[in-house]
Amino acid sequence: MFAYIVRRLLQSTVVLAVMSLAVFAGVYAIGNPVDILINPQAGQQEIARATAALGLDKPLAEQYFVFLRHAAAGDLGNSFAFNVPAIGLILERMPATLELATAAMLIAMILGIPLGLWAGLKPGSAAGKSIMAGSILGFSLPTFWVGLMLIMVFSVYFGWLPSAGRGPTANFLGMQLSFLSLEGWRHLILPAANLALFNLSLIVRLARAGTREAMRQDYVRFARAKGLTEIHVVGVHVLKNVLIPIVTVMGLEFGSVIAFAVVTESIFAWPGMGKLLLDSINLLDRPVIVAYLCIVVTLFVLINFAVDVICSWLDPRMRLVDSQA
Amino acid sequence: MRRLLPVLLAACSLWTLAANGTELRIGMAADVTSMDPHFLNIAPNTNISWHVFDALTHVDEDARLIPGLALSWRAVNATTWEFKLRRGVKFHDGSEFTAEDAVFSIERTLKVQNGQFQIYAQRIVGKQIVDKYTLRLRTATPDAMVPYDLDSVFIVSKKAAANAGSADFDSGKAMIGTGPFRFVRFARGDRVELARNDDYWDGKPAWDKVVFRIVPTDPARLAGLLSGELDAIEQIPTADLPRIRRDPGLATAQKVSWRTIFFHLDQYRDRPPSLTDHSGRPLERNPFRDIRVRQAISKSINRQAIVDRLMDGAALPASNLVSPPVFGHAPDLKPEPYDPEGARKLLAEAGFPNGFAMTLAAPNNRYVNDDQIAQAVAQMLAHIGIRARVELLPMNAYLPKARKREFAFAMLGWGSFSGDLALRSLVATANPAQGFGAWNWSGYANARVDELLEHGFATVDAKQREAIARDAMRMAMRDYAVIPLHHQFATWAMKKSLSYKPRTDEFTFAHHFRPQ
Amino acid sequence: MILRGIAAEFAKSRIALAGLALIALILFVALFAPLISPQNPYDLAQLDLLDSRLPPGSHSTAGGTFWLGTDDQGRDMLSAIFYGLRTSLAVGVASTVFALAIGVSLGLAAAWFGGWVDALIARLADLQLSFPSILIALVLLAVLGQGIEKIIVALVAVQWAYYARTARAAALVERRKEYIEAATALALSNTRILFRHLLPNCLPPIIVIAAVQIAAAITLEATLSFLGLGLPVTEPSLGLLISNGFTYLLSGHYWISVFPGIALLLAVVSINLVADQLRDVLDPQGRR
Repeated sequence: MFAYIVRRLLQSTVVLAVMSLAVFAGVYAIGNPVDILINPQAGQQEIARATAALGLDKPLAEQYFVFLRHAAAGDLGNSFAFNVPAIGLILERMPATLELATAAMLIAMILGIPLGLWAGLKPGSAAGKSIMAGSILGFSLPTFWVGLMLIMVFSVYFGWLPSAGRGPTANFLGMQLSFLSLEGWRHLILPAANLALFNLSLIVRLARAGTREAMRQDYVRFARAKGLTEIHVVGVHVLKNVLIPIVTVMGLEFGSVIAFAVVTESIFAWPGMGKLLLDSINLLDRPVIVAYLCIVVTLFVLINFAVDVICSWLDPRMRLVDSQA
Repeated sequence: MRRLLPVLLAACSLWTLAANGTELRIGMAADVTSMDPHFLNIAPNTNISWHVFDALTHVDEDARLIPGLALSWRAVNATTWEFKLRRGVKFHDGSEFTAEDAVFSIERTLKVQNGQFQIYAQRIVGKQIVDKYTLRLRTATPDAMVPYDLDSVFIVSKKAAANAGSADFDSGKAMIGTGPFRFVRFARGDRVELARNDDYWDGKPAWDKVVFRIVPTDPARLAGLLSGELDAIEQIPTADLPRIRRDPGLATAQKVSWRTIFFHLDQYRDRPPSLTDHSGRPLERNPFRDIRVRQAISKSINRQAIVDRLMDGAALPASNLVSPPVFGHAPDLKPEPYDPEGARKLLAEAGFPNGFAMTLAAPNNRYVNDDQIAQAVAQMLAHIGIRARVELLPMNAYLPKARKREFAFAMLGWGSFSGDLALRSLVATANPAQGFGAWNWSGYANARVDELLEHGFATVDAKQREAIARDAMRMAMRDYAVIPLHHQFATWAMKKSLSYKPRTDEFTFAHHFRPQ
Repeated sequence: MILRGIAAEFAKSRIALAGLALIALILFVALFAPLISPQNPYDLAQLDLLDSRLPPGSHSTAGGTFWLGTDDQGRDMLSAIFYGLRTSLAVGVASTVFALAIGVSLGLAAAWFGGWVDALIARLADLQLSFPSILIALVLLAVLGQGIEKIIVALVAVQWAYYARTARAAALVERRKEYIEAATALALSNTRILFRHLLPNCLPPIIVIAAVQIAAAITLEATLSFLGLGLPVTEPSLGLLISNGFTYLLSGHYWISVFPGIALLLAVVSINLVADQLRDVLDPQGRR
C-alpha cells in the first residue's frame, strides 16, 4: 500500500515536470505576453522594461530554473494579467467548476441508472431500443453544438432559462456556491445538462450491460424463484451488480468532466477555471496555464487514487497494485 | 390597525422601489483583471476605475479634455504646468482630497510592479505642492501633453493606499477613491459590485447599487438583456443590431468610437515578406513603395459595403486616423470612393497589370468583426488581381509576429485622444527614445510629418496645436501612409426605461445611465 | 469465407446498415466536393460580400440559388458544408491512420519484447490515458498554433495510446498461442512474426477501436475549431462554421450554425452506429 502511494506520487511528479517544461517552452515560442498586455501607446523602451520586470528577457533555461525553485516552495508565480498568485486565481475559480461538474454527474446518474435498468430489463421493447438509440446519439452529439441548441431553444425561443453566467452565490462551507438559491439553479441547469450528456449515455450503457448480465446470474434467478417481487429483485440484487462498475467509471470520468467543462464554460460564460484556462491561453499568461495543469494533474491523481481505494473496498479481489499483465 | 395599513403599504412600495428601481445591472464584454487602478492599462479595468476614482483631468463624450479633480490648469512657463484643485472633495472614507493625494498617486503609478501607467507620469520630473489645492508639475522639455496624460492617472487616497499592493485593491481595503461609486465587492471573472457615493462632487448618480457582470460571450450577454437579467449591455455584436432595434422593450445608444481600423503596408523594405507574382516568384521591387499601388488598394476597397454588410451600419468609412469628434481630425479629407476600374488602371500604370500575390494578416479576436473584415478585403483585392492569402491569428500570436515585421500587409485598430498622438505612434519615423513610430509597421518615413508633430507637441496653445495636427494628418493620409478602413461605432443596448449618453472612448459609465 | 460471415453478421442490424449507407453518401460528398459543390467556398474571388447572410433558398447576385443560405462572407452554406465534411473526414481519417500505425507498432513491440520496453510503453500509454484528450489537445494546440497538420499532430498525440493498449493486450494473448511458437521455432525475423503473424490475429479489437476513434477525432477537431484553436477561418471546417454561426444565433440567422451541426451529427452518428455493430460482430467480449 505504502509503496503504491509513493510510486504514484513519483509518477505524478515526473508528469508535472514534463508538462510544465512543455508549456514553458511552448508559450515561450509563441511570443512575448507583454506585447498583448501593454498599453498600445507604449514605446519600445517601456516594452523592454516590462519584459525585464517579468523576467522574460532571460534565457528560457534560466526562467524555467527560477520557476522550479519557486515551485518547490509552493509558489507557481504571479499571473501576468492579474498580478496575483496564479494558484490563488485558480483555487478561486475552482468551486464554480466543481459545482458544475458535480451537478452534471448527479444529473447523469439520476437519469442514467433508471434508464439503463429499464433498457436492460426490456432490451427488445420499443422503449429499450429507443433508450439505446438515444445513448448513441448522446455519444455522438458534439457537446458544444448541443450547448448552442440548448441556448437557442430554452433561452432564445422559450425564454425560460438564462443562457449565461452564474447566478447569485452564497457562502457554503467556505466556498461560493450557487445551488442554494432558485436563481442559482436556473443558471446551473443548462450548462450542467450540457456537460452531463456524454456521461448520461455512458451510464445508460453501463447500467444496461450490468442489468443484462445480472439477469442471467444464478442468484437473480434464485431470488425470483423464491417468489420475491420484481421490484425487490431489481432494486436490491440487480442494482447492486450494476452500481460497482458505475461508481468506478464515474469516479474516473469525474476528471474528464472537469476537463470538458472548458467547452461548456466557454459557451455558457460560466466563471470556472476552464474558462480561465482558455483566457490565459489567449493572453499567454504562462503562470496560470502551468498552475492550471499542476492543479488538474494533482486532482486527477487524487481521484484515481480514491477510485482505486473505493474499488478495492467494494471488491476485495482487486488489489492495490499497478496494472501488470 | 386601520390607520397603520396605509403606512405599511407605503413602506412596502418604498421598499420595492429601493430593491428594484435603483439597482443597475450592466453586462461587460471583457474580463476585469484587477482593481488596482495603476496596474494594467486595459479598457475593462480602467472602466471600473472610473467609477471609484477620479483623475485630475477627465474627457467628455467626444474625448475632449474637461476638468476633473483639477478645476483649471495653465502653463506657468514652457516646462511647468500648474493645476488648481477642486476644494471640499471627500474620499469615500470621509477624508479630504488634497494635493498630497495627487502627488502620491503620480508616484504610485511609477512604482507598481509591472504597472502600465508609467508612461503617463514618467515625463514629470518635478512635483511641487504650492498649497493644499495647488500643484505644480515640471517636465524636462516643453510638453503639451501633461494635462492629457493626467487623465490616465487615477487619484487614490494616500491614507488608504500607502504601501498597498494590487491584492489590497482587489479585496477593497485600498479601494478608496473620490469617484461616483463606492467599491463593494469584486468576484473575479464574475462581477464587480458598487454602491452610490452620495457626496459625489459632480452630482449624485441615479443608482443606489450597480453590478457589473462580466459576460464576454456576445450571445450570452445579449441573452442576459433579453431575459431581464441585465439592464444594459455594452459592445453589441453588429449582427444583433437589427433585431435589437426591432424589439419594443429595448433601446440603444450609439456613437462613433475613437477606434480606427486600417492596414499597414510595408514601404521600407526592398522585398517585403510574402510578396510574389502569381507564380510564386518574389517580386523584383516593392510595389507598396509606389503611391499608385497604395492608392489602387485604397480604391479597390468598398468601404460602404463593409459597413452595410459586415458591420450592420455600425461603422463609418474612414479617411483619417482618428474619428470625427476627436482632436486633430481633418474634416476636409473624404473617404476614398470605391472604384475598382480606376484601381486596375493605376495598378497597370505602376507596372502590375496582372496584380500580384501577398499575405493579408489580421487578428481574429480583437476588433469588431476583424476576421470577417480581413476576408472581405481579400475578396475585394482579388477582384482587382491582387491575390491575398488571409492569415488570421489570435491577438496573442498576431502582435509578436507583427512586431517582428513578419507581415507586409497587416490590420491594426487604434484609439487615440488626438490625431497627433495617433500619428506619432503609427506613421512617425521610428525613434524609440522619443516614443515616435512605435507602431509604424509600414516603415513610413516622412521628415515633414515628423517635424510637424514635434512642433505640435511643444505647442501649448490647444487651437494652434490642433491646426498643426490636422496638417500632419492631411500630409500622411494624402500620401497613403496607411490604408484606413472605418471607424467603429460603439453601441450599448438597454431596457426601454433607460437612456445612456454614449461615449467616443467606448467606456460604459453607470453614472451616465438615467431612468427616463 | 470469414469475411462473408462477418458481413452477414453485420447485416443483421438494419440500423447499422443504414449507418453504412450514410457513411457511403458522406464519403461520396467529401471526395467529390469540388465537382458537386455549386461554388468553391475557399476561393475568395468567387465570393461576393453583397450575398452575405442570405436565408436558405435565396438567389445570388450572379443568378444561382443558395439552398442552405450563405454565411457572413457570402459563402454558399451547402458548398461550405461539403468542403467542411471533406476537411473533417480528412482530419479524422489521417489522424486515425497515423495514431493507429504508431500505437499498434508500439503496442506490438511492448508485448513482443517485454522487459523495460514494455514497462516504458505501457506506462506512457497509461499516463496518456489518465488525462482527458481535450486537455492535452488544447495545450498542444495553444503551443503549436493553427493549421490542419497541427491539429492532426494533436489528435495523434491524444489517440495513439488507445491503440497501443489494445494491441498490447491482444498481442499478449496471441503470443502464447502455438502458431507463434512455431514461427519463433522456425527462426523467422521479429518484424516478420510481428506484422505477418501476430498483427492479423490482433486486428478485430483494433478495428473496433479505430471506428470509434474516427468519430471521436472528428468531434474533437470540431470542438477545438469551435474554441478557435483548430483550423484557419478562410478554410472553415464544420466546427468553425458552427462557431461562426454562434454569433448570429440570437439574431435569427440560425442556418449558419444549425446546418453544419446537422452534417457533423450525421457523420458522427453514422460512424458510431457502424462501430457499435462492428463491436458486436468482431469483439463480443469488448462490449460493455
